[in-house]
Amino acid sequence: MTTPANLKFLKSHEWARTESDGTVTIGISDHAQNALGDLVFVDVPEVGKTLKSGEACAVVESVKAASDVYSPVSGEVVANNDALSATPELINTDPYGAGWIARIRPTNAAEIAQLLDAAAYDQVVAAEAH
Amino acid sequence: MHEKLIFEHSRTGRTATAQFPAAEPADIPAGLRRTKRPLLPEVSELQAVRHFTRLSQLNFSIDTHFYPLGSCTMKYNPRACNTLAMLPEFLSRHPYSPDATGQGFLGCLYELQEMLREVTGMQGVSLTPMAGAQGEFAGVAMMRAYHQARGDLARVEIIVPDAAHGTNPATATMCGCKVVEIPSLPNGDIDIDALKRVVGPATAGIMLTNPSTLGVFERRIAEVAGIVHDAGGLLYYDGANLNAILGKVRPGDMGFDVIHMNLHKTFSTPHGGGGPGSGAVGVGKRLLPFMPIPVVGKEGNQYRWLTEKDLPQSIGRLSGFMGNAGVLLRAYIYMRMLGRAGMQRVSEYATLNANYLLARLKAAGFDAAYSDRRASHEFIITLKRQSRDLGVSAMDFAKRLLDHGFHAPTTYFPLLVPECLLIEPTETEAKEELDAFVDAMAAILAEAGTDPDKLHSAPHTLPVRRLDDVRAAKQLDLTWKAAQA
Repeated sequence: MTTPANLKFLKSHEWARTESDGTVTIGISDHAQNALGDLVFVDVPEVGKTLKSGEACAVVESVKAASDVYSPVSGEVVANNDALSATPELINTDPYGAGWIARIRPTNAAEIAQLLDAAAYDQVVAAEAH
Repeated sequence: MHEKLIFEHSRTGRTATAQFPAAEPADIPAGLRRTKRPLLPEVSELQAVRHFTRLSQLNFSIDTHFYPLGSCTMKYNPRACNTLAMLPEFLSRHPYSPDATGQGFLGCLYELQEMLREVTGMQGVSLTPMAGAQGEFAGVAMMRAYHQARGDLARVEIIVPDAAHGTNPATATMCGCKVVEIPSLPNGDIDIDALKRVVGPATAGIMLTNPSTLGVFERRIAEVAGIVHDAGGLLYYDGANLNAILGKVRPGDMGFDVIHMNLHKTFSTPHGGGGPGSGAVGVGKRLLPFMPIPVVGKEGNQYRWLTEKDLPQSIGRLSGFMGNAGVLLRAYIYMRMLGRAGMQRVSEYATLNANYLLARLKAAGFDAAYSDRRASHEFIITLKRQSRDLGVSAMDFAKRLLDHGFHAPTTYFPLLVPECLLIEPTETEAKEELDAFVDAMAAILAEAGTDPDKLHSAPHTLPVRRLDDVRAAKQLDLTWKAAQA
């Protein structure tokens, strides 16, 4: 799967996408879901929760491991993906679409600019493979 | 062969009359006796014997198979430990019997405390935690009690390297602390610069496993101890990997303030399948007043329980009596049989076996995760290359090993090594067994090149084939319902 050029990334494999209303949708990358394997449980952040960038905001659990998901931006959670509680495999099948985790109203737009772009993230993944 | 559930063997009215009590119990009041028969399976005595014997034969166990489950130290439990711990004088002793009539039992526990104290280089030992998790809890609770007793209330952060044992962050959280993770360097050592950045007035301490779960010895441990102590924090030693250093290096000498020991690993008491375990804790001078009670004290030539009165600052009781007393006795007998020289042989052969196995697996075409490091008592191979080139995973290797008659190594742990197998042969395996394991690994590697599907669908020879892990995790179904019969 090619890395979508309109997304920004953390080194720890989370993605962020700025929506037209200014909110930021977050999720985990295709590489991350592939490394984790089949997901069996996702704990999404509650709506209304205030997050700091880099803070653990969700948990993804696969048949191999449980991992924290870090928020790429600071802000308030305005929506979360309910569907993941019954169908966590959405993250495996569609990590950049139906497998989104939460939507955040950012308090510091400058943070987005500091994230990795798709090309830089691909380099991070390539470096890990060696 | 598929073994039916005992409920599926059941036929109404079939009983093993020889197992019935000779008479109705006289001491249970009539109103409290059940009138309806319990919904238990109804089988003959022979059916019950065959069913459970067959089930036991389906097990992979240390008594039947090589069991290189890294980080778990699945070594042989000598039969003598069991025999002696089962002496009627131990078994029939009531926990409330007075100290004066239990001097033999108390003496064994006192000597066990002393031996563990000596072999770890600590100042005091409490045997009361019931298992490793409770030992960890006791250790961090003591660290917190120490800071609080000094009025140093801001120390709530526990530093945990990413190569620490997986339970450490959970323990710190259970004790109300905040976990601060620091990374390891590519060579497996702790990132000292990262450690320096995170220590400070909020540091309660650091939790370490040495050797780490990466299967390598933490070389800069003295420096780590200095940095944490200078910042006012304490050092916690997770005894999970004590088997590598037994009788050679002492955590107390490395600067650790508290240690928990998994007696069921290093000291060869039964483990797996839920215990019973034992998580004895050892402490340095600063934490002596906070040890969990009871501990056994000696005055003159008399032994007695030390309680709240003797240790008023104790973190308290973690079990009603004295941990898993039977397990403690087994560990005591094991240590007495080994003696001081024997304990050194344990770690020497544990590391020799691990390094021999690592060298042979490398020669057979496998990649060590830390190729320039010597193994401790265990080591990691990564199947990243095989995964990329041949499309086979660590899980495929683990499952195929079962067909070859080997319990699989630990898979996908530690998390920071992709497609990893964590392999711990222990000191109790003969060279022939290690060679047979290498032969099996080499055969599976060859098969991965010619017939990778054989690996994907393994195991092929066991009663249960490849499980659907996802469905098993999401739709646990463990209840047999009579209506389905």
